[in-house]
Amino acid sequence: MKLHIKNGRLIDPSNDIDAQQDLFISAGKIVAIGAAPANFNADKTIDAKDMIVIPGLVDLCARLREPGYEYKATLESELRAAVQGGVTSLICPPDTDPVLDESGLIGMLKQRAKAQNLAHVYPLGALTVGLAGQQLTEMVALTDAGCIGFSQAEYLIQDTNVLLRAMQYAKTFGYTVWLRPQDAYIGVGGVAHSGAFASRMGLSGVPVMAETIALHTIFELQRSTGARVHLCRISSAAGIELIRQAKREGLDVTCDVSIHHLHLTEADIGFFDANARLSPPLRSERDRDALRMAVFDGTVDAICSDHTPVDDDEKLLPFAEASPGATGLELLLSLVMKWSNECHINPAIAIAKITCDPARVAGLAAGNLTVGSSADVCIFDQNADWKLEGKVLASQGKHSPFLGYMLPAQVQHTLVAGHLVYSRN
Amino acid sequence: MHNPQLNQHGELQHLLTTEGLPKSIVNHILDTAESFVSIGNREVKKVPLMRGKSVFNLFFENSTRTRTTFEIASKRLSADVINLNIAASSTSKGETLLDTIDNLAAMHADMFVVRHAQSGVPYLIAKHLHDTKQNHVHVVNAGDGRHAHPTQGLLDMYTIRHYKKDFTQLRVAIVGDILHSRVARSDIHALTTLGVPEVRAIGPKTLLPGGLEQMGVRVFNDMDEGLKDVDVIITLRLQNERMSGALLPSAQEFFKSYGLTPERLALAKPDAIVMHPGPMNRGVEIDSAVADGPQAVILSQVTFGIAVRMAVMSILASN
Repeated sequence: MKLHIKNGRLIDPSNDIDAQQDLFISAGKIVAIGAAPANFNADKTIDAKDMIVIPGLVDLCARLREPGYEYKATLESELRAAVQGGVTSLICPPDTDPVLDESGLIGMLKQRAKAQNLAHVYPLGALTVGLAGQQLTEMVALTDAGCIGFSQAEYLIQDTNVLLRAMQYAKTFGYTVWLRPQDAYIGVGGVAHSGAFASRMGLSGVPVMAETIALHTIFELQRSTGARVHLCRISSAAGIELIRQAKREGLDVTCDVSIHHLHLTEADIGFFDANARLSPPLRSERDRDALRMAVFDGTVDAICSDHTPVDDDEKLLPFAEASPGATGLELLLSLVMKWSNECHINPAIAIAKITCDPARVAGLAAGNLTVGSSADVCIFDQNADWKLEGKVLASQGKHSPFLGYMLPAQVQHTLVAGHLVYSRN
Repeated sequence: MHNPQLNQHGELQHLLTTEGLPKSIVNHILDTAESFVSIGNREVKKVPLMRGKSVFNLFFENSTRTRTTFEIASKRLSADVINLNIAASSTSKGETLLDTIDNLAAMHADMFVVRHAQSGVPYLIAKHLHDTKQNHVHVVNAGDGRHAHPTQGLLDMYTIRHYKKDFTQLRVAIVGDILHSRVARSDIHALTTLGVPEVRAIGPKTLLPGGLEQMGVRVFNDMDEGLKDVDVIITLRLQNERMSGALLPSAQEFFKSYGLTPERLALAKPDAIVMHPGPMNRGVEIDSAVADGPQAVILSQVTFGIAVRMAVMSILASN
């Protein structure tokens, strides 16, 4: 199948391209940019006039809920949501049931995901067996089966010695350890950012120091082990400052923020809106502003959707009892473009944070439109505003603190390996 | 943002919190309560304001005192009262909170009086009633988690007004476990709304939540300093479970630094009143000599509490 995408504004940050250029695809690969290769007869032409053509998005954190939580979401529903959101590669954390801690499960997940012929799925293996924080998993076998790194998801390691050993072992083989920095004791049971807002609402808090204490520990362990660490979903200004220093020091560390923390603050909890019950909690305006600045200046490497489908029964509950998390795959592009619009960020810089930069973090060849690479492409209309309602989402997760928002940028077409896997209309 | 406790005419739809409650509504409730206080002294202690209305007491958390005062208030208004001790019924059989609400609403409830251990539950119920177009049903928050206990806050305001008349000249000290206290939060919001120039919170750092200053409160860790020249002292109940979780070493140690003794009371103004939301722990947060002394108005609070709850329910029922 030969495809010609014409008249679009092509933005490929990894190749410094932002220009009106045509894109030519053949046998699943990008074969030319600009002028057609000799003897190229397109089977199909997509007119991308007034649209932006970018590499397919790479999402560093998307829960697909399989295996184990099919009542919340299935691979099919969530991979459909991914391509409807322009996401062509996604990394899923190991907090499924059973936990992704053995190679057979990884093999099965990869195979089932591949059979959907939608987005590429790259699992993170569990860092410890059952995510219990005690025994190391078979990281070599898990890597052979397809894991691209190792994570504790939302399960915190209490025993620092286990974390030390895990990092030493991962470093031995050059694996990346993905950690969401949070102290295992401080802030336990907390559901909101510690501060005046949580005090007024009578909600127990997660203080910023729960993040910064964990960061200090992780960095100290990195100094000793040299392990490469990716820090997931940083939430605070103080955390960002520590990461800035760590990068300056030369530690092998990268980090991401979620689309929620890029836009929202604790005040968005409003009158106990369980859709704003997230982990880590939404923090203060100062923290939000620091996160925005840190994405812009490069301290934060990537923006992720933190996609977490939650069903009604687990959200229509008292705030503190509601399951944390919100749907995100279909919002990632729009919320990044919203940030770009609001903060006057060059779209190419914004798009880098959801394409080539996360691909670099995860060690994937994705996230670019280099000639010869897999034709994973997203075509969107930056002028099409749309209203977020549960019914427009392909994901089984219908909960989002952005429900009712008008959002910019609507995905029109998504290609994975040269196949048109989603077309609006 | 839409304030769920007011209807589109700015009248009280639900009573969920004292925060952001307009001063005019607070005064209306206190004035209405005043007219109900004398009913308790009559031979026939009833008025027909809520005849034919059904009030459901939904107590997801155990309570004797608050539930009883709501029950008495409903009965004096001639409403039919149904007490549900939900801690021991349907939710323990797996029914969800909102299913319980739907079932009871189908029994033609006019008002839910709700207590729950989690902050925000009355909001969840109010929103659900709104979303399911059952706006004729009113919700009264009888205490949610650490968040709010607005009828207690209002009855405390009634008591202060009764003894002190003018709010704008007062210093009020709230002593003890502010961190876990919904009463403290409701008092603070009501006091600042009514124009009290100085609200103080006194306690150890482990029992004071962050951000009190932003609520307009002066924070003291030293009891003697905090009590100096105050007109009103509100002592809070110290729950036994606070001794676990590294918040306090012991009840005795708390009493040593923060127990209200006659010597400490002498630091306040000579005509200062002493309040307590009950039930009291004598010898923990308050010395018996103070609890039974001439400055304590704790039993008046209980009496006024019924009138204030009657006022809240009758106002809601008429909106």
